[in-house]
Amino acid sequence: MSVGAGDPPPQHDAGVAVGVPPGSSDAGTDDILVRVDNLVKYFPIRSAELFRRTVGQVHAVDDVSLTIRRGQTLGLVGETGSGKSTLARCIAGLIPVTSGRVWFEDRQITNLSRRKMQPFRREIQMIFQDPYGSLNPRRRVGSIIGEPFAIHGLASGADRKRRVQELMERVGLNPEHYNRFPAEFSGGQRQRIGVARALALRPKLIICDEPVSALDVSIQAQVLNLLADLQDDYGLSYLFIAHDLDVVRHVSNSVAVMYLGRLAEVGPKAPIYEAPRHPYTAALLSAAPAADPESAAQRQRIILVGDIPSPINPPSGCRFHPRCPKARDLCAEAEPALEPRLGDPDTHLTACHFPIEAGESLAAAGRRETP
Amino acid sequence: MSLLEVTDLRVSFPTADGVVQAVRGVSFTVEAGQTLGIVGESGSGKTVLTQTLLRLTPGGDISGEARFDGIDLLAIPDEDMRRVRGAQIAVIFQDPLTSLHPLFRVGWQISEMIRAHDKSVSKRQGRALAIDLLGRVGIPQPQQRVDDYPHQFSGGMRQRAMIAMALALSPKMIIADEPTTALDATVQAQILELLLELQRESGTALIMITHDLGVVADIADEVMVMYAGRAAEKGSKHEIFYEPHHPYTKGLLESIPNSSAGADRLKPISGQPPSLINLPTGCKFHPRCIYVMDRCVREEPPLVAVGGDGWHRSACWLPPAAAGLGSQAEEARRKVVNKARDGEAAQVAASISGSPDAEGQVIA
Repeated sequence: MSVGAGDPPPQHDAGVAVGVPPGSSDAGTDDILVRVDNLVKYFPIRSAELFRRTVGQVHAVDDVSLTIRRGQTLGLVGETGSGKSTLARCIAGLIPVTSGRVWFEDRQITNLSRRKMQPFRREIQMIFQDPYGSLNPRRRVGSIIGEPFAIHGLASGADRKRRVQELMERVGLNPEHYNRFPAEFSGGQRQRIGVARALALRPKLIICDEPVSALDVSIQAQVLNLLADLQDDYGLSYLFIAHDLDVVRHVSNSVAVMYLGRLAEVGPKAPIYEAPRHPYTAALLSAAPAADPESAAQRQRIILVGDIPSPINPPSGCRFHPRCPKARDLCAEAEPALEPRLGDPDTHLTACHFPIEAGESLAAAGRRETP
Repeated sequence: MSLLEVTDLRVSFPTADGVVQAVRGVSFTVEAGQTLGIVGESGSGKTVLTQTLLRLTPGGDISGEARFDGIDLLAIPDEDMRRVRGAQIAVIFQDPLTSLHPLFRVGWQISEMIRAHDKSVSKRQGRALAIDLLGRVGIPQPQQRVDDYPHQFSGGMRQRAMIAMALALSPKMIIADEPTTALDATVQAQILELLLELQRESGTALIMITHDLGVVADIADEVMVMYAGRAAEKGSKHEIFYEPHHPYTKGLLESIPNSSAGADRLKPISGQPPSLINLPTGCKFHPRCIYVMDRCVREEPPLVAVGGDGWHRSACWLPPAAAGLGSQAEEARRKVVNKARDGEAAQVAASISGSPDAEGQVIA
């Protein structure tokens, strides 16, 4: 736990380069921007009495390891309560972690002091979901976007204004609107303000937490295209959190699927979407509504039973077993390891005892009773 | 005769900033047992439209006619309307947490709803009915859960409870306003499946309001696409998704990240929806439309038939041959547009292609 910021990163086990598209796995460690090792985040539940004893733990993120490559996008999907936002906040250093490590380039950045963390805050920025809640309504747009310059003492006065207006232009806002308030902008434009603010310090990683889910469809595409352009121009890496699987498929190079604080499956985009191994991934994909009546009519939908369980007392063994159409006795007893299954390459990892084989239909195995 | 027949419905709200024209002349019909999907973005008027049918828009200036099962919903006295609401037309709202009273038990709320309409039902009978309904919508152990408070239910279960309440009096029509928007994908799938199943059993008509084209593709029979308070296009699900005529419908379909399109760039609609106080001249979509013609700037197009059988209708000046997503339709559109654009329209087109969202798709 008490690893200094200057320690070298741990040696790679053979092929743990999770979330890497095939063909680039031999590119070496230089390509890896962020590396998360066995990250755990529990939130204590305290009693209401005087000494506020800890009476339980919310297992928000439980032993998650992954890597984010330079210039690439890792999509993170999962339902409400799966821990994806908590994971993002741990990586950004916004909340302390319980155990595990986060490496940024070759530096360990977990639980650093405010002062030591400061330089890394320039490198890692966030874009939030709610374009209404994440901008201070009483400050002008110019000062919102320029705040990172002020905090890091990088530019002031006319220089700051010039740089803010360049940023506004870059994200498709009218630089003349420098003195307007957030309320004078539409949802899509506000999200552009959030993007400009995140971009101000030329970060290497931007964590996008549901950046387009509050936007209308026609506006979503505008913001997604903007994010793609910025990635091309500045070589940004994204950790892209979303519940819309079509959006994640569009933007990601690789995808990690979370369920109840753990990774269910992680790997390059194509195999995850075309031949998912984990029954939860398959169910999630089959549940997503496709804007295409014919494929909707043909689709074999896997209807899961019940809701996501409480992360306070996660189910034994595989956390998905109470809802899994393929669950057997072993699933309730032993927790499956996240590893390549059924001869998958070592970039595609699945945490399941009975992964889905090629051509297997889960809809047939699915229980169709109402919960 | 259709179950619901809405003719030229208009709703506007006088405000300090000016008159908000929320619904500007919408006509549609819903048949018994059918599902109408109403799609539109924020501010397109879809919610005001359906709430007006239930007379839930006090303060609005309303005109037009809405005949439901022989009665005009907009003309009957308030007292009669109360007997229609809930009993004949039920509503399921987007956010089940704010639609359930937090201080009353779920079962009591369902039972109270039944007893408000049928005074002969005793408290005991009401409770039994509530248990039965909760079971029908898939709540496990309804005998115990009937005494829970809303906060003890998960989001999906609350929406199930709302559906139970909507079903309680076997209404002829259910209006579902974004019923799955607040839910996760796997729970959304459960709820849509449940709605379809219940509809098959009871033959209830359903109006599904949503911004999600995926939900519409799943469950609607007919689709109406709304833009700035009017129907931009109406038709069968198949026509809307595969033969869209209105450039707005086409734009919506193309701006969705599509699995088959792969890594291609998305094609957003440039700009943003207009303010309902200061509407543009002519076609309300023309400032964002890549096929803008001179006529579009001056005259608002009527909703006219563009398909063979007359049911597929679109409010656009492009000819009927311009319907579709393929290259032939694109050819037809280009031919018309190239001839019919100078002056004002050319300026609009130039400003669209100059906007940061445009993907160089405007016809020059």
